[in-house]
Amino acid sequence: MAHATLTRNDAAASGRKPARRPTGRRHRGEDLTKLLFVLPAILAMVALFGYPVVKNLLMSLQDYSLRTFFTGEAPWVGLKNYTTVVKDQLFSQAMTNTALFTIGSIAFQFAIGLALALFFHKKFPLSGVLRSLLLLPWLLPLIVSSATWRSILEQDSGILNRTLAGLHLINEPVPWLNSPSVALIVVIGVNIWIGIPFNVTLLYSGLSEIPDELYEAGQLDGATGWRAFWYITWPNLRAVASVLLMLGVVYTIKVLDIILGLTGGGPANATQTLATQSYERSFVDFKFGEGAALSNILIAISLAFAVLYLRGTRRAADE
Amino acid sequence: MSKRITDSTARRVTYTVIGVLILGVMLFPVYWMVNASLQPSGNTLTAGFLPLDPTFAGYRRALSEQGGNLVTSMIIAAGTVVLSLAIATPCAYALSQFRSRWVSIGLLAILISQMIPGIVIANALYMAYEKVGLLNSIPGLIVANCSSAIPFAILILRSFMLSVPPSLVEAARVDGAGLFRAFVAIVLPISKNSLITAGLFSFLFSWSDFLFALTLTTKGGVRPVTLGIYQYLGTQVQNWNAVMATAVLSAIPAIVLLVAAQKYIAAGAIGGAVK
Repeated sequence: MAHATLTRNDAAASGRKPARRPTGRRHRGEDLTKLLFVLPAILAMVALFGYPVVKNLLMSLQDYSLRTFFTGEAPWVGLKNYTTVVKDQLFSQAMTNTALFTIGSIAFQFAIGLALALFFHKKFPLSGVLRSLLLLPWLLPLIVSSATWRSILEQDSGILNRTLAGLHLINEPVPWLNSPSVALIVVIGVNIWIGIPFNVTLLYSGLSEIPDELYEAGQLDGATGWRAFWYITWPNLRAVASVLLMLGVVYTIKVLDIILGLTGGGPANATQTLATQSYERSFVDFKFGEGAALSNILIAISLAFAVLYLRGTRRAADE
Repeated sequence: MSKRITDSTARRVTYTVIGVLILGVMLFPVYWMVNASLQPSGNTLTAGFLPLDPTFAGYRRALSEQGGNLVTSMIIAAGTVVLSLAIATPCAYALSQFRSRWVSIGLLAILISQMIPGIVIANALYMAYEKVGLLNSIPGLIVANCSSAIPFAILILRSFMLSVPPSLVEAARVDGAGLFRAFVAIVLPISKNSLITAGLFSFLFSWSDFLFALTLTTKGGVRPVTLGIYQYLGTQVQNWNAVMATAVLSAIPAIVLLVAAQKYIAAGAIGGAVK
């Protein structure tokens, strides 16, 4: 999100000569006013992000359950919550599902998004209108998308099975959301559909910033078609692509609405991820300590990706 | 790619046809949602590809059962817009114009905030709200929804305000206006479009919120429409027309935004991520 903000503008900010401070009496009042500009946001960020993170870290080390609400006691249990959730038989499945969900979603969102961005970049009649209408799936409330897909995928009366049966492609209705072997793929598919518009929009804006002269020069050297893509387009898209992939991981790894709306983590836990597990332990079983432990594992994974990304951009900037 | 100039008319029309087909595939679920909402009650087994015999029974039912929830969602979303813009706008201005090493620290904090799963925030707010009595309340949900709106609004507004020439503000300062007055009188009016963009997204984030609605309400008093749909899915799947009618009503803000504020939406998506 803050990618180029962190690079380009800071370079500009540090490269500019510091403005001469107004001297004398106005100076201290000035600093105070500046502080007042950012204070509400600092307080909000601390209350809405800082406090929850610290609270979750503490909760994950406590036996924090429904009883706590009545007795006010949450005994310290060290790392017991972590060992409990990691040893749980569902943990490895949730980890695997999280990985499949994240990698599967991002790979296809990105690939399809890139193909569509390249297509719409051809500038034909109505291309702008069509491209902006394409944003709709991304703007719809996730629960609305989940409900709609559920009606399409319904086993007995959903339009998908009726269409496939009408075309004689299937002999009996496919249980899209009720079969452990298919459900995860279907949930990933719906998430890909939701993510495509965002990928198209960002990649398209990346394509638009590549100067035409590059292609004209490339043509002289015989770089057309695939070679133009490989030697001109792709290197120039790298910055946008890396932001997109990093954001993709950060946002996809914590997806909850879509899975809850489509399958609720079922059938037979086939679509449980770390995020759904964390939700269930906290708000269904009221084992808040265990839920907190799981979500901390989730944050740690996200952070690891962000650190890799930031190191990557720093290295790119150094080169 | 660079041969765009030489593409013949016939070829460009072919591209348009392909583009319309792509859009048709991508938006089919949205069409299906509208179609299913206009079908007679009962299951969708009989639903044809076209609502040839449209009935508004689904909408009547949706409005009588979910009308109050739609109003609740509307109030919460409006509250989120006001609160998040009030907090984000001065901060965005500071991050774009003041020079200090804190700027990059602030931006890094915003980046990290995007990694915090909503469930972590919900967990902590649940405990806090329980103590101060904000569970099942509209203000409680407004504050929670600001967690998605504020960071995004700061980024969008800042990316615009970076292009505000400092000389404009300095001119006002020379005339004796304080920093804050100059901000209100000069920066806010020229930032109108980016304020609209940030406001639209704040509205949409809050309107679409499901997680906080699910976790921070425990009884039926305050129920945003997203939660209403979720509960429908658990109980009402015999009445797809009512479920889909509610879905359509919930999709209206997104559709209105897309049609009325097209240029702002794409700008917001890009500004929030890469500017």
